[in-house]
Amino acid sequence: MIYHMLKRQVACAAGCAALVGVVSGASSALAEGSLERVTEPNLKPYTIVDGTSIPQSFTGKAGNAANGKKLFVHRKKGNCLTCHTAPIPEEEFHGQVAPDLDGVADRMSEGEIRLRLVNPKLVNPDTPMMAYYKTHGLHQVKKSFIGKPMLNEQELEDIVAYLMTLK
Amino acid sequence: MMMKKSKQPIALALGLMLGVATTGALAEDYVHIAPPSEPVAEGLEGYTSGDARSGFTYASEETRTLQEDDFENPAFLWVEKAQELWDTVEGDAGKSCQSCHGDVESMKGVGAVYPKFDPEVGDLLNLEKRINLCRSEGMQATPWKWESDELLGMTALVKMQSRGMPVNVAIDGPAKEYFDKGLKFYNTRIGQMDMACKHCHIDQNGTYMRAELLSQGQANGFPTYRLKWQKLGSLHRRFRGCNNNIRAAKLKNGSPEYMALELYVTWRGNGLPIEAPSVRK
Ligand code: HEC
Ligand code: HEC
Repeated sequence: MIYHMLKRQVACAAGCAALVGVVSGASSALAEGSLERVTEPNLKPYTIVDGTSIPQSFTGKAGNAANGKKLFVHRKKGNCLTCHTAPIPEEEFHGQVAPDLDGVADRMSEGEIRLRLVNPKLVNPDTPMMAYYKTHGLHQVKKSFIGKPMLNEQELEDIVAYLMTLK
Repeated sequence: MMMKKSKQPIALALGLMLGVATTGALAEDYVHIAPPSEPVAEGLEGYTSGDARSGFTYASEETRTLQEDDFENPAFLWVEKAQELWDTVEGDAGKSCQSCHGDVESMKGVGAVYPKFDPEVGDLLNLEKRINLCRSEGMQATPWKWESDELLGMTALVKMQSRGMPVNVAIDGPAKEYFDKGLKFYNTRIGQMDMACKHCHIDQNGTYMRAELLSQGQANGFPTYRLKWQKLGSLHRRFRGCNNNIRAAKLKNGSPEYMALELYVTWRGNGLPIEAPSVRK
């Protein structure tokens, strides 16, 4: 399988966020314990901790993992199997682009997974993975999708909950 | 696992593009084609040139067989009609293509060098635009609609006169400006999914996205008969499809953006043999 090494370019987090988002709060996200508040049109504001994690649930509670699995596969929602392999043998044709997500909850915390989904470019600026919760700083977006994130808060939390079962 | 090389300059350039300013990143700063990780399957070497590989080398054997036999290739329904149109008089000038050009074989070599900057028109022309200029100016006939059976067929007929010849488009002089613009488009993230052409056709070339094997996205086979379309289609239709898949707004056929993109995409395949009309999945 071919995929890129996950580059932990935390140093970019601050710079990139400032470019793509409307960022207020701490000016440097580099220091440990730093908090960065991100506000984008039509989205719930959220806080990035240490430039690596969004520990707080967008809905205030844990998502529904069973529904998350459906959204993970769904071609018009997560469509994660386009790029990733995952322990879902009933689905044919998993992608070869990205790491196997089996065991992802052993490697990453819930907050890191949430950040990965919200805006993976903060982790790797050159990633092909789309930001699932972003409305700002995009170009030439198809009219019917302008101002809308790929996933809403509940859908995001459901997928996070599903990934947390992959231990 | 395999590591990809030299991505840093692109990351940098992209960062710049997304943000403050685009300070003239040079063409040399970009990766145009990722070196293939495996040699091409035996017998398909003729469809490569250096690191460049035709979409033919990624196609299934059934699809390749369809393309290789002109009697089986469904695109020839369009080509045959165009052959008739070649010497059909139309328009106020009372002329056909034949009147000015003689037999269609005189078009040998033309398809290999388009898109091309035309000093008289003062703009970049691809074959579709060139053909329509001949209609409007030379024949004083109405230009054909983009994606019409007539224009697709005629484009295929003209281009196939150069079959087997290496793609050889120029990007110097006045073409440079279009090339730079196309190169930039190719590397700029667009759409709700925020991806650039290069993410699929350079970085992920040769890997599967679900059931889709990603090719280099080469232009040497266009117009192409796509089994999915059940029809011959233009390169710009393919661009529109690839834009739409990442939830980006489709631009107009023949728009300045797609014209520039066509020049860049075609140049990436300089050296590949012209294989129009190709057959793809
Ligand atoms: C277009 C391709 C693509 C899609 C679609 C995609 N990803 Fe990814 N994902 C990647 C790539 C590539 C990486 C790792 C390298 C990188 O950072 O680019 C990655 C990394 C990850 C990681 C970190 C894994 C690790 O072991 O470090 C998680 C978690 C993840 N993706 C979850 C998801 C989920 C959940 C979805 C769908 C909702 C999804 N991805 C959709 C391409 C994709
Ligand atoms: C999300 C992935 C993705 C992106 C982004 C993408 N494409 Fe494609 N493209 C594909 C797939 C899948 C195919 C069909 C299989 C193949 O030939 O690679 C394809 C096919 C093509 C082909 C036809 C190749 C042939 O031999 O018939 C061209 C040309 C092309 N793409 C150009 C582009 C350009 C230009 C862009 C940017 C405007 C772009 N693509 C963006 C996925 C993508």
